[in-house]
Amino acid sequence: MNDTWILLGATSSMARAMARQLAVRGDGIILAGRDMDDMKRTAADCRARGARFAEPIRFDARKPETFTAVIKRAEQEDGMINAAVFVGSMPEQSAIDADPALIAGTVTDSFTGPAEFLQRLAPVIEARGGGTVVGVGSVAGDRGRIGNYVYGAAKAGFHTYLSGLRNRLTRSGGHVVTVKPGFVDTAMTWGLDGMFLVAPPEKVARDVLNAVAKKKNVIYTPFFWRYIMLIIRSVPEFIFKKLSV
Amino acid sequence: MRWKKTEYSGWGRALRASAEMARPERQSMLAQLCAETPAPAVGMLRSYGDSALNGGGRAIDMTRLNRILSFDDETGVVEVEAGVNIGDLGTAFAARGWIPPVMPGTGFATIGGCIANDVHGKNHHVVGSFGQHVSEITLLQDGRKKTVTAARNADLFRATVGGLGQTGVIASAKITMMPCKGDMMVLTERRVDGWDEFLVALDSARSDYTVGWIDATARGTNLGRGILEEGEITSGVSPSTGKAKEVPFNAPHWALSAPVVRAFNAAYFRRVPAGGRTSVKPITAPFFPLDKIHNWNRLYGKRGFHQFQCVVPVAQADVLRRMLERIANSGLASPLAVLKRMGDGRAGYLSFPMEGYTLAVDFPNRPAAVALIGELERMTAQAGGRIYFAKDALSGPENVREMYPEHGKWLKAVEKADPQGALATDIVRRLKLRQAT
Repeated sequence: MNDTWILLGATSSMARAMARQLAVRGDGIILAGRDMDDMKRTAADCRARGARFAEPIRFDARKPETFTAVIKRAEQEDGMINAAVFVGSMPEQSAIDADPALIAGTVTDSFTGPAEFLQRLAPVIEARGGGTVVGVGSVAGDRGRIGNYVYGAAKAGFHTYLSGLRNRLTRSGGHVVTVKPGFVDTAMTWGLDGMFLVAPPEKVARDVLNAVAKKKNVIYTPFFWRYIMLIIRSVPEFIFKKLSV
Repeated sequence: MRWKKTEYSGWGRALRASAEMARPERQSMLAQLCAETPAPAVGMLRSYGDSALNGGGRAIDMTRLNRILSFDDETGVVEVEAGVNIGDLGTAFAARGWIPPVMPGTGFATIGGCIANDVHGKNHHVVGSFGQHVSEITLLQDGRKKTVTAARNADLFRATVGGLGQTGVIASAKITMMPCKGDMMVLTERRVDGWDEFLVALDSARSDYTVGWIDATARGTNLGRGILEEGEITSGVSPSTGKAKEVPFNAPHWALSAPVVRAFNAAYFRRVPAGGRTSVKPITAPFFPLDKIHNWNRLYGKRGFHQFQCVVPVAQADVLRRMLERIANSGLASPLAVLKRMGDGRAGYLSFPMEGYTLAVDFPNRPAAVALIGELERMTAQAGGRIYFAKDALSGPENVREMYPEHGKWLKAVEKADPQGALATDIVRRLKLRQAT
């Protein structure tokens, strides 16, 4: 393979799991995120496991001035440029209730930041006549719930953005995969109450790469979340508003 | 960092603990934890007893710190974070001609665990113990980074290797790998009909990797019969290895009862033709025969099991024979029983290996088995041998001092490294390892 992948939010455990699987098949990897020390370690790991190249580069979803350097670096490579978005932040809903100003950051991290980045990347994919964007959303974006509706709303916005981007890129041979993970065993969910059927990040990464290979549009991972969310979405609003699921 | 209330156990599942667990994903978070809330590190929980348990306390789960940090293809030196699995390291490099010189019986052990238990493999008589191939260890002591090498910090190094994690949290390490021809193994298996022949066969084996499976249920003239496996690494094309299987739930208690085990063992013995056989397999198969069955420890049911492993000096081989007689007559053994020849390679004050023979046998966790293991431990001590902390769940402080004559040196280094005892674990308390007498 001589694909190049940009991983946004490369310090997340899902991104790390995906980076490792890309490395084993010999892809080139650009690790974009804030913690350079941590990304240097992941980059070294990717190189040792067979990545064509692996480089960390500073990226902050809240600082659009960091975006172009990432795209420029990717453009130096021949072949298809792909991107996977793992960024996002989920403050406790109670923290947001106490300080509503936190909404802006949550929406920037989980939606508008990555959307602006992808908007800048889209012409590159169009020019090369192909390439895949993986957008990691969340089952929380499928319906607003009392527990995390700000995060859910940001992810819902991101889902809608991805759907539009898919509509655009498909005309030039590009593709967009929307990924909706359920509970994943990450630092974000570690030790939280009420977790069940928690999937390891390696499993999510495998599902994502399968979906990319098969050009799926929207996947839930693990797959059964599709049915859980089907049920949750079909509860009529006049009942749903009284539930605390 | 969030702490997760966790019930956990070692691989034998006979001893359990409840602790608050943190699982850092970055080195910066690990350093912060070690500075603010020092606690013992745990890995994949493949040691059998309580060396990873800290009941009522806290522990740091290292499994997310699992990256290869550098590799030098001139020298074979690889630097890895402590949470890398040894089997993962093997698969990452074997096809490129490098392999960790020491592979324990499971590929799921972490590098941190391999160091803290100074593990050995089926080639101990050739290459020695794991710690002998570690050139550098990065320890976190109260959040301060300390780089330890055998040359510059001999004392601390020897207290850390095989030291049960008591000198600091192992953050990363450099290991010198060994060149290898490829990722396949030529494996020769032949039947051995009895005890005396087995010792002769082990002594005269010339292969790099040698291990004996013993039918621990065979009595009388069949006592000590088994299969000798010898392997050499080679290159070749690997057939696709089937998917891993899983033991989905706890087996009932009769699953490994005496008649079942006897029948299984007899069949297992005859599986190898009388004239022996040679085959070529991917290295993971002979290195980690049980790793393809996830959670195989559930076969022992919810009460769990114990592994007894001892090593005795060559001249005391007859004691092992008497042990095997006791085991065979008890009808308590499981199919898993292993006999190996050990060299004298060891790298730490509390390292297990000594020149001699090592016997490992699994027993279901029952009162009769616990009593038998106690007896086997006494026989080991009398023979001048020792038991293996990575397997032990039952011993008491009295046996251990004699078995580990360098305990005093270890203790001195540990008291300096962790004066508050923040890294103490259940095994350390059970065996009173951090007390002078």
